[in-house]
Amino acid sequence: MSWQRKVLRVDLTKGTCETEDLNMEWATQFLGERGLATKYLWENVDPSVDAMSPENVLIFATGPLTGTMASTSGRYAVVTKGPLTGAIACSNSGGKFGAELKYAGYDLLIIHGRSEKPVYLHIEDDEVEIVPADDIWGTTVWHTEEWLKAHHQNPQMKVASIGVAGEKGVRYACIVNDLHRAAGRSGVGAVMGSKNLKAVAVRGTQGVTVDDPEAFMDVVRTTHERMSGHRGRKELTEFGTNAMIDVMQNFGGLPTRNFQAVQFDGVDKINPAAMVTPNEHGHVNLLTNKACFGCTIACGRIAHIDEEHFTIVNRKEYIHASGGLEYETAYAFGPLVGIDDIDALTYAAFLTNEHGYDPISFGGTLAAAMELFEMGVITEEDTDGIALNFGNAEALTVMAEKTGKAEGFGEILGLGSNRMCEKYGHPELAMTVKGQEFAGYDSRALQGMGLGYATSNRGACHLKHDVFGPDMEDQTGKGKAEPCKDSQDFVAMLDSTGLCLFSAGAGMKPGHFTELVRTACGGDWDDDRLTQTGERVWNLERMFNLKAGLTRADDDLPARLKEVPAPSGTAKGKVSDIDMMIPEYYEYRGWTPDGEPTTQTLQRLGLND
Amino acid sequence: MHKALLIDPAKCTSCLQCEMACSFENEGVFNPAKSRIKIFEFEHGARAIPYTCTQCAEAWCLHACPVEALTRNPDTNAVEVSNDICVGCKVCTIACPFGTVNYNKSSGKVIKCDLCGGDPACAKACPTDAITYVDADWTGYERMQASAVSGHGRPA
Repeated sequence: MSWQRKVLRVDLTKGTCETEDLNMEWATQFLGERGLATKYLWENVDPSVDAMSPENVLIFATGPLTGTMASTSGRYAVVTKGPLTGAIACSNSGGKFGAELKYAGYDLLIIHGRSEKPVYLHIEDDEVEIVPADDIWGTTVWHTEEWLKAHHQNPQMKVASIGVAGEKGVRYACIVNDLHRAAGRSGVGAVMGSKNLKAVAVRGTQGVTVDDPEAFMDVVRTTHERMSGHRGRKELTEFGTNAMIDVMQNFGGLPTRNFQAVQFDGVDKINPAAMVTPNEHGHVNLLTNKACFGCTIACGRIAHIDEEHFTIVNRKEYIHASGGLEYETAYAFGPLVGIDDIDALTYAAFLTNEHGYDPISFGGTLAAAMELFEMGVITEEDTDGIALNFGNAEALTVMAEKTGKAEGFGEILGLGSNRMCEKYGHPELAMTVKGQEFAGYDSRALQGMGLGYATSNRGACHLKHDVFGPDMEDQTGKGKAEPCKDSQDFVAMLDSTGLCLFSAGAGMKPGHFTELVRTACGGDWDDDRLTQTGERVWNLERMFNLKAGLTRADDDLPARLKEVPAPSGTAKGKVSDIDMMIPEYYEYRGWTPDGEPTTQTLQRLGLND
Repeated sequence: MHKALLIDPAKCTSCLQCEMACSFENEGVFNPAKSRIKIFEFEHGARAIPYTCTQCAEAWCLHACPVEALTRNPDTNAVEVSNDICVGCKVCTIACPFGTVNYNKSSGKVIKCDLCGGDPACAKACPTDAITYVDADWTGYERMQASAVSGHGRPA
C-alpha cells in the first residue's frame, strides 16, 4: 500500500534489468524518495568513489505519496554522488515522470555501472529493456522526448533525459522530464551521461493504492479545500515563484553582478508584472500557468519569446511556448549577471531546458566569468570573441548555447564556478558552498539562509530549509541555528513523502503530512516519528559527505559574504554571521565541534550500526 | 433537470486530479491509465484540454453494441456500460466518433464516462473549475453571460 514495494535494478555494465522487493525495514525508517534513496545510496556506494565513475550509482526514487490524489504528489528525486561538489547530490523534480514511474510499479530505479555504448531504458510496466540510443545520442532533451514517443508509438509515455550537456559532463547538467521540469541541481545529469544513459522512457498503468482509502480521501479533501483559499497558494498560482524577485529587491537580498550588489535596477523589467505587460510590439511574455502532476497550485510559468527579439528573429524554431521564468532563473539570468532583457532571459531559460543544465549554477558561473572579464583576467580571446560584460544580454544567450553544447568557452563555463575560478587564479570569485552556486538570496541580508547554504548537504541550496520568517524579522545570526536545523529536518521529511515543498507554503500544515502518510502507508506514523525520520535522513546525508572526505571547513561561505558588507538595502553594512552560527548549529544538531554526529545522536536516530 | 459536464480548457492546468479521481471512483485506485476522462497537452503545456464522453443524444456506441450492454440511464442521461452483459467485442470503441469509449484489458470490458451516477468525481476534484457539472440545457450560460457583458459593458 502506497509503496509499490518493488525496486528496479539496472546494471548497465552487465546489461541486466532485475526487480527485487523494496526493503520495508528501510522504508519504515526513511519513508521514500529523498530519504529512502539516500539509504540505498549509502548501502550501495562507497562515498569516496569518483562521481563520474561506473562505481557511482544513480537512483530515481518516488515517495509513498507520489501518484496519489494528495496535492503536489508528482515528485521524484534523483540521488547520487554529485560531480559538482563531491558530496551527496539529491535533486527532485515535478512534471509527470515521477508518477508514471510509480505507476509502472516501482518505488525506486537504481542504475549501476556504465554502458559501453549509449543506451536508453524503456519501461512499460513489467517489461524493461536497455535499448541502443544511437538515434538520439548527441541530440537535445526536446528532440529526445519527441523521438522516443514517436518511435515507440506511445504518446502517453513519460521521459526523463539528458541533453548534450549531460553527455559531455557539464558539471551541473541536469535530468529533464516532461520538456521543462528538471532534477536540476548538483549535476545529476552528468552522472547519467557518464553512464552512457540518454533517457528513461516509461509508461505505467498499474496505479497506486493507499492503506485506508476513505480516511486518506478525507485528508485529501480537507487539504485541497484549505489550499484553495490560502494566500500563499493564490500568490504562487498568480505570480509564480518570481514574486520573490520584488520581495528580495525591496529587502536588499537580491544577489547582483556576482554578489557585488544586493539590489538591481532592472528588476521592473523582469518581474511578474513585466511578464504580463505588453512590450512595444504588443508581445506578452507569459501565456499561462501550468501544474505538475497532482498539483492544485500550478506555479509553473509557460511563456514565449517576442518573435522580433534578436535571439530568435532568425531562429523560427523557438517561436513557441515552453517553460518560462521561475524566480531562480530570473535571478540567475537577471540580477546575478546584470541583465534586464526579459526575452533574452526567457530564451536562455528555454536553452537550459532544451540542453539540460542547471540555470542557477550556469548563471553563477557566468557571473564569475563576467567579473574575471571586467577585471581583465580573461579577454575576448578566451571567450570566443564575446564581450563578457555584466549586462550584455548577447553574452548570456550565446554562452547559454555554448554551455549546453559544451563548446568553446562554454566548456570552461561547464566546469562550474570553483573549477573555473581556480583555473584563472581567482578562487575568491566563486560564489559557492561545497562547489555549488548560490540561489537568489544574499546571506548578508538573510542570515539563516546563509547558515542553510553553508550546511546544506548538497552544497549551496535554498530548498533544504526554511528560515524565511526569522530572517525577515531579524537580520543577525542570533537564534537562527534552531529554526535552521528544525526546518532542515522538516523539509527532509517532506522531500521523502513524494510531495512538493511548496505544498507547505500553500496551505498544508505539518499535521496534514502526518495524516496523509499515516492513512496512505498504515502504521503508527505520528508527528514525532516523521520529524525524526527527517533528522535521520539529514544525518545519513551528512555521514555520506564525511565519508566522502568533506569536513567542517566545507560548511562555510565565501569571503565576500563574510568580509564585504552589503552595500545597500535593509542589511546595509552587514556581513554574514556564519562563523558565529556554525558552532551553535552543530551543538543543536548533536554534533561534535568538528561537525560530526556524536555517538549518542547516531544511536538516537538508529544510525549507529 | 439533467446535468452535463461543462469543460473549459482555458482553466485547465493539467494537474490530472480529475484522472485520479475518476480512476479512484471507478476502480478504487489512483491510476490515470484507467480514467474515463483524459487531459491532452499541447505546445509544451501552453494548452491543456480535458476530454471525455459528451453523452450523445444519438449515441452511436449504444446503437453499435450487439448485446445491448450499453443503455441510457434516465436519471442522469448518461450512457452506461453493464459489465454483466458486455462481452468486450469493442465495436462501440470503433463506433464512437470521439474515442471516448475504450477497452480495459484488465476487466475485459469497455469503460466510458457514466457521470458517476449523477455526481461526477472529476468535477468535484478539479481545483480550477475547468470541469463543472451544470444544467445540461444551459452549458452555454456562462459564456453567453460573458459575451453579453463584454458586448454591452458591465451591467449597472
